[in-house]
Amino acid sequence: MSFASIIIQLLNGLAAASSLFLVSAGLSLIFGVTRIVNFAHGSLYMLGLYGAYSLIEALGRTPLGFWSAVVVAALAVGLAGVLIEMLVLRRIYRAPELFQLLATFAVVLVIKDIALFVWGAEDLVGPRAPGLSMAVEILGKRIPAYDLLLIAIGPVVLGVLWLLLTRTRWGALVRAATQDREMVGALGVDQAKLFTSVFFVGSVLAGLGGALQIPREPANLDLDLSVIADAFVITVVGGLGSIGGAFLAAIIIGVAKAFCIGIGTVTWFGLEISFSKLTLVVEFLIMALVLVARPYGLLGKPQAVQRVAADPVPPLTAPSWSMALVWVMLLVGVPLVADRYVTILLTDIVCFALFAVSLHFIMGPAGMVSFGHAAYFGLGAYAAGLLFKRAGLPMEAALLVAPLCAGAFAVVYGWFCVRLSGVYLAMLTLAFAQISWSIVFQWDSVTGGSNGVFGIWPSAWLADKTTYYYLALACCGTGIAFLWRVLFSPFGFALRAGRDSPLRAEAIGIDLRGFQWAAFVLVGTLAGLAGSVYAFSKGSISPSTISIGQSTDGLIMVLLGGVETLTGPVVGAAIYTWLRDVVARHTEFWRAVMGGVILLIVLLFPQGLVGGLKALVFRWQERQA
Amino acid sequence: MLTRNHLLAGTAALVALSLFGTAGAQTPIKIGELNSYKVFPAFLEPYKKGIELAVEEVNAAGGALGRKIEVVSRDDNGNPGDAVRVAEELLSREGASFLIGTFPSNVGLAVADFAKQRKVLFIAAEPLTDKIVWDSGNAYTFRLRTSTYMQTAMLIPDAAKLNKKRWAIVYPNYEYGQSATAAFKKLLKEKQPDVEFVVEQAPPLGKIDAGAVAQALADAKPDAIFSSLFGADLAKFVREGQTRGLFKGVEVFNLLAGEPEYLDPLKEEAPEGWYVTGYPWSEIKTPEHTKFLNAYQAKFKDYPRLGSVVGYATVMSAVEAIKKAGSLDQDKLIAAASGLKLMTPFGMVEYRPIDHQSTMGAYVGRIGVKDGKGYMKDWRFVDGKDALPSDAEVLKMRPKN
Repeated sequence: MSFASIIIQLLNGLAAASSLFLVSAGLSLIFGVTRIVNFAHGSLYMLGLYGAYSLIEALGRTPLGFWSAVVVAALAVGLAGVLIEMLVLRRIYRAPELFQLLATFAVVLVIKDIALFVWGAEDLVGPRAPGLSMAVEILGKRIPAYDLLLIAIGPVVLGVLWLLLTRTRWGALVRAATQDREMVGALGVDQAKLFTSVFFVGSVLAGLGGALQIPREPANLDLDLSVIADAFVITVVGGLGSIGGAFLAAIIIGVAKAFCIGIGTVTWFGLEISFSKLTLVVEFLIMALVLVARPYGLLGKPQAVQRVAADPVPPLTAPSWSMALVWVMLLVGVPLVADRYVTILLTDIVCFALFAVSLHFIMGPAGMVSFGHAAYFGLGAYAAGLLFKRAGLPMEAALLVAPLCAGAFAVVYGWFCVRLSGVYLAMLTLAFAQISWSIVFQWDSVTGGSNGVFGIWPSAWLADKTTYYYLALACCGTGIAFLWRVLFSPFGFALRAGRDSPLRAEAIGIDLRGFQWAAFVLVGTLAGLAGSVYAFSKGSISPSTISIGQSTDGLIMVLLGGVETLTGPVVGAAIYTWLRDVVARHTEFWRAVMGGVILLIVLLFPQGLVGGLKALVFRWQERQA
Repeated sequence: MLTRNHLLAGTAALVALSLFGTAGAQTPIKIGELNSYKVFPAFLEPYKKGIELAVEEVNAAGGALGRKIEVVSRDDNGNPGDAVRVAEELLSREGASFLIGTFPSNVGLAVADFAKQRKVLFIAAEPLTDKIVWDSGNAYTFRLRTSTYMQTAMLIPDAAKLNKKRWAIVYPNYEYGQSATAAFKKLLKEKQPDVEFVVEQAPPLGKIDAGAVAQALADAKPDAIFSSLFGADLAKFVREGQTRGLFKGVEVFNLLAGEPEYLDPLKEEAPEGWYVTGYPWSEIKTPEHTKFLNAYQAKFKDYPRLGSVVGYATVMSAVEAIKKAGSLDQDKLIAAASGLKLMTPFGMVEYRPIDHQSTMGAYVGRIGVKDGKGYMKDWRFVDGKDALPSDAEVLKMRPKN
């Protein structure tokens, strides 16, 4: 790269960083105060783009029309954020940690279908910014004038936010709540109003970030999920709740991407390396490196311990094995009375149930939330496929060896992850999952790249769908029973001790990190088993088994069923898989319906389905007594 | 507590479930269709309309084998795992006779493999991947759409004629972009051995950093560019490239960019002079296309996109296969589909016995701008059979089974 190219790519990176910074700053602000992992933040960004597009069409392509459209769109998105907060989230602040994630996930589904309904399926290419449509020549190369404006907007917004946070009473409250929100509440500050206002500001930033992109990016329906991952990464790399950190992280990631593209393909020691392809994963690589070196991000501080964010986690009740036996007998009986498809759907459900139970083990009782649990599911599936297809192992052997491979990855990933805590830990698991995904996605000669691996069918004696269902039931049922049993072993109790009070647990001599690491390996292996069984039931696997979508599905299942119960994840997996099957078949706008159903469950059962039912039964018994 | 009532209720529900799907005698022939409707709505909404039109026409003409036909559609979520599940549902619960549809390569390939396992006919509608009929081809899978290789090969004569030395390449980083690039490099090198590929950019699908990519391409000072971008990536690339002067004095070839799905959103910014494959729907005057166009516009009050043609022709292929087979027996259907000839809006096509690829062609031309809209000018139709490799090459790639 020549000097001029370096400068231009630097400017490109800074321009890209600007918009990312706005979105991430909003996310960081909202998380800092409310502790909500707001999945819908990307949807707000998308609404910003669509809103700006429509407003510009309405107000005319003049400078006044353009800029008022951008401002109005941002404010409108702010109001949408307020609506989400007041109608949905406010009702579930006392629900178990992360439950709000489920609600915001439902909001994502609903907004996506609303956008499809209102704006249609075709990409909407917005106008260039009136008066700024030309390019500016720098060192003999041309760069859009609008990009230079964007580069300036980033620091301006940072400055305004800084003034707001340090010079106003509202800012003082926000900072106080970020540090210790219970204390702020105890001092008589109206939390509801504070939260709503923070949501407004955060959403305006997302909307502004989106609206400002309209000359650079067509409004389309994939923006929500594509921006949310980046925004989370930047927030975490910068340090949660740190606006300056988000700014720094956005610049690092924006510039790193631009340089990966600028460098292109290079040959080092006869090895051809395509930096351009690295853009697939570079932000996650940076995040992994930063988190390993700095467990609280670049400018973040350790999270304050929450005292009474929710009621204390109730103790788990040991599974009733006789009840489980009845269920197993029922499940064994299904193929005798139901049609073939029920068996197939149940095979899916059984795989996902083990996947969800293994995720629940680590995020519930062990207290380590994983956003990248699909890594083990997918690596198990790939290991099964590759051992069978490429290594020529018999199907039965591949099925059983594959989980060990997934476990081996968990040994490595877990070692790094247990050194962190909270959302940082969760995001590091996501980083590892994404790195695994990108390797699988790129390594064509071994993994089949984006196409995946085909022709991985079970042996002849298992080929019948009913027989395979019994195999899946046996494998996954055993896995689930084993995990439940472990929870009530000394090992399980030690993990819960570590979750509830790490200090005390270590004081009485529990090697907490060692235990948590072991837990990681255990759930990784069993998630791998779920993936391996899944792979042979489908006959093919593709990178989507390791994707963020798969990880999210796992979280949704656990939260839907209830993270504080033992059987919740199984029920969640069953309901979610079944719902998706039924809803997708009967309605065109199935995503919105699905989102609506989840929202309803969220509002009616803030402890998840099983948790909510248990509470109902408990209340009824109390009244009887 | 689990009571006897619970058990009874559960059993009753299971029995009720098992009663679904028993079909009567004179019920319509069901064709199972699956696609990623919510993941690629811009292409698949018109596609669905094409299907509806075809079903209406077929049934108005008396259906097939004396029965009406019905296309049962499912959303596969763009995910091979889900696709295999809904495919199974279509066959075992809906009683579909065979399968059609799919869009992304990985889903198409997974369903193709599933069809082989289940021994049912599968007509892949849209997946462009060459592997579905070649490297991973199987006896049960047929593919309608003009493949990546074919569309690339159609652009080669123009590319070779220009005799440009320095080529830059940009493609979305997944199967379609990768194989388009590989095919282009191989075919151009054959025609023009001294060609040089000076830079290659592979942005992630849907996430192109267009400014940086345009700059990186410009830095390599290419004489020509080969791109396989589409959708939002294409729109961003066009705008950044134009603002930065990337396309000045540079010839650009872009697969698919002439398809209304991707050309129309660009409006007045459609890049003039680009060589593209696509669908100039308003200018095709063949009787078979005019008939299709009129029927489509009468029914939907909208113009057809390429997806509409694909949906329409897929259903027509399925129906013709049924008619030719004279039964719904899989072996007979496969035998009928192999070498099946039928009329589509793009003219006669044949599903080649050698690899089950249809000879559906595509329109090749250059982009022009008129009345603030992009259109295809100087276009010509290239028959698919003229854009395929030799039989010997095909046999070498396709596994024997």
